[in-house]
Amino acid sequence: MKLNRRRFILSSAAVGGGLLIGYSATRSSRHRRANDELAIGSERFTTSFIKIDEDNQITIFVPHSEMGQGIHTALSMMAADELDANWEFVNIEQAPAIDLFANGDLVKGFAGEFGVPSALMPLINVTAFPVAELMNLQITGGSSSVRYTGETAMRNAGAAAREMFLKAASTRWSVPEGELTTKLSYVHHNASGQSLSYGELAIDAAKLEPPKSPSLKDRTQFNIMGKGLSRNDIPAKVDGSAKFGIDAHSSDMLYAAIKLAPVFGTKLVSADGKEALAQRGVKRVIELEDSYAVVADSYWRAKNALALVSAKFEESENDYISSTDIEARFNKELTENDGSKDKEIGDADYELEKAADIIEANYRVPYLAHAAMEPMNCTVHIKGDAAEIWTSTQDALGTAGRVASVAGLPEGNITFHQTYCGGGFGRRVPLLNSNVIDHATLIAMEFDVPVKTIFSREDDMQQDHYRPAVHNNFKAAFDENNNVTAWHSRFTGPIQVPGASHIPYAIKNQSIRVVDGETHVPLGPWRSVDHTQQTFFTESFIDEIAHRAGVNPYQFRINLLQDHPRHRKVLEVAAEAAGYGENLQEGHALGIAVQESFGSFVAEIAEVSLNRNNQPVIHKVTCAVDCGWAVNPDTVEAQVESGIIFGLSAAIYGEITIENGRVAQGNFPDYEMVRMSTSPEIEVHIVESGEAPGGLGEPATPPIAAAVTNAIYILTGQRIRELPIKNHDFSFSTPLAKL
Amino acid sequence: MATFKVNGIEHALDIEPEMPLLWAIRDEIGLTGTKFGCGIASCGACTVHINGKAVRSCVTPVSAVEGQEITTIEGLAVNLGETNTSAPDLAAVQQAWIDHQIPQCGYCQSGMIMAVSSLLADNPSPSDAEIDAGITNICRCGSYPRVRKAIHALANA
Repeated sequence: MKLNRRRFILSSAAVGGGLLIGYSATRSSRHRRANDELAIGSERFTTSFIKIDEDNQITIFVPHSEMGQGIHTALSMMAADELDANWEFVNIEQAPAIDLFANGDLVKGFAGEFGVPSALMPLINVTAFPVAELMNLQITGGSSSVRYTGETAMRNAGAAAREMFLKAASTRWSVPEGELTTKLSYVHHNASGQSLSYGELAIDAAKLEPPKSPSLKDRTQFNIMGKGLSRNDIPAKVDGSAKFGIDAHSSDMLYAAIKLAPVFGTKLVSADGKEALAQRGVKRVIELEDSYAVVADSYWRAKNALALVSAKFEESENDYISSTDIEARFNKELTENDGSKDKEIGDADYELEKAADIIEANYRVPYLAHAAMEPMNCTVHIKGDAAEIWTSTQDALGTAGRVASVAGLPEGNITFHQTYCGGGFGRRVPLLNSNVIDHATLIAMEFDVPVKTIFSREDDMQQDHYRPAVHNNFKAAFDENNNVTAWHSRFTGPIQVPGASHIPYAIKNQSIRVVDGETHVPLGPWRSVDHTQQTFFTESFIDEIAHRAGVNPYQFRINLLQDHPRHRKVLEVAAEAAGYGENLQEGHALGIAVQESFGSFVAEIAEVSLNRNNQPVIHKVTCAVDCGWAVNPDTVEAQVESGIIFGLSAAIYGEITIENGRVAQGNFPDYEMVRMSTSPEIEVHIVESGEAPGGLGEPATPPIAAAVTNAIYILTGQRIRELPIKNHDFSFSTPLAKL
Repeated sequence: MATFKVNGIEHALDIEPEMPLLWAIRDEIGLTGTKFGCGIASCGACTVHINGKAVRSCVTPVSAVEGQEITTIEGLAVNLGETNTSAPDLAAVQQAWIDHQIPQCGYCQSGMIMAVSSLLADNPSPSDAEIDAGITNICRCGSYPRVRKAIHALANA
């Protein structure tokens, strides 16, 4: 990666006299002109700070949202290790939503000439944010926190502070720095037996110029990183004290229930709130451009009264669109248009023409909602020309900016109260009005007390930004010796993450093109973004090719992965651990899939059987993950378990359909989830390649659907080309002979 | 007037008899550990104990708990309030949740912990099938494998 950026370590004396140290990356020179023209004031510095108090307490401020991925702990471990801190006396705090902790600068610094890293692009609606505002994001997503903030900001800040303590001690004792060592928040001079705590050195160290390029530890020197340490956010999550956005509470609080236009993009014509207003506790019925809301002194009263409002939304051309119309349109696009280039190698069309045999397959997946456990909500308190906000978000600064712009207030007058997120998965990126922030702000502007606007589960599911519904048509060409010679893929867009449709397999001729797949249904990032559908497609179709070639699907993949050692290694580790090729229990089958995403490589092997009612049962998933190296191995395992179960819910049950322009599903009975009874045993093997750390929030999700359906194919002879699995009937099946 | 005890404290609330217990606990009493997830008793995030038994509070009207003893996640710790200075001792289930590093986002875990404590009170050593039948809460972060391990560990403790 090209690192043509300047970087700084900043320090200053903290309140009370300790040392405050932070790391900053400026944007690359490529972006300087835009920023000179658009940015206000001097360069804004970014990211992380470490505070060391005179009593040797260390506080690490983490500029990312904690939504279960363990990021507060992992990033603190990275800084504390480089600092040689005593972990027992490290406090972890959420960094405030101020531009000092923005990650726009940092990610731009990293991105070189390409701007924001592609992993974060789906989380940013470039058309909604002017370039200047792009610098002011505080996004948690794209499985990027450890890879970007951790590897640069946190580790460098820790290492720089350590070097400053060494220098301060060297001056204090008049001994060369080379004779000093650091351990557990102390500097030691072994020759004289003297020791000073970081806290005792903090005031001296704060006067020093921070080193520009502190030296980082190599992995053999880690004391904290690499250990499965307990997460700091867990104790509050077992006694009810953890605060999520929805838990904002005050005695004068009002509550809003809201009804948004059921057909996306339509406007409210009228709302008669007379009957609602007569109900106990109801304060106001508010009409907004695309919705109406009832505000009451309790959410339950507001919600009940909402049902009494008789309202009319304008008619739209989308009022009669259903999923079958959308599917027909996608099929038409794929039949009539060759689309635009995603990737071309060799001449796939020529190979298809002269092929001895061709197989062709049409795959499709439906729209998906996120269904995070905490329904979307936002509490806003407008106080004259200032505002306070409480909400669970994957972008605190972006959210504060939205409230400021909707309310017409200066951004500096917004106080943002960061809370834990009750699930993120891409749902809580403030891209669109699906995030309730705009509505909550407009409603709260009518009052001078805090107003909490809550989406019901139905609102949350029906007003989401969805994982796209996607169709993918494939062709593969074979020569007379059954060798695959061409891979031909045509799918409906949009492409949110470039490269997800590409394959690592050595097939000489490849043609991958994308056609338009936009409809009136709003789209957004969903855990692992394009990889979720593309890995189902590519890892299923490669399985079809393997079976057609008469080679077992594991060996077939290995044969075509000679130039991809990390893919191969995770496949080998997973296969061995799962007992691939050995005798399985009667009636069980193993399905396999592998994918690289967000810098990590994941192979999954699903052991599946059919139960008495011919329904698939997923007994066990064996996973091997190469994420470079693991900062916190226990969190890595937890994220892998989580990613697999999230992907499994989608594969088995997940389906959002459109009827009359609106979402047909509303709550968990129509949009079922894996629960305890359907959750498989999961075995995780971490493969340490020692490469740069990869992301972990998302990469375990993509392979699971194909791993399961590839096993179902062996069990039943039925190739599942359309998800979810629940829509398929396996009463008539013919198990495959063993390959 | 609705009267019932929450975590040992008597409440007399001037609310409608049909108000779900969930909203009485959250909005009227201000205890926010009990969560709203679906509103139709499907996900279990709102699980509390009524006289020690797990109940989904989002569909339980306050009229049905008149005079009853309700325990929420905030009241599950033992020796609650014995001294003013010391933190209450966590219940065994809560401690197991820390030991097994179960919560991820944590939003469903109040309900999950209340459901599991009720299951274990009835059946201290449940089989996998009994766990499957007894714990039907949804966790979108997929903590199920760890929840199962923790239940077995508690059974063997």
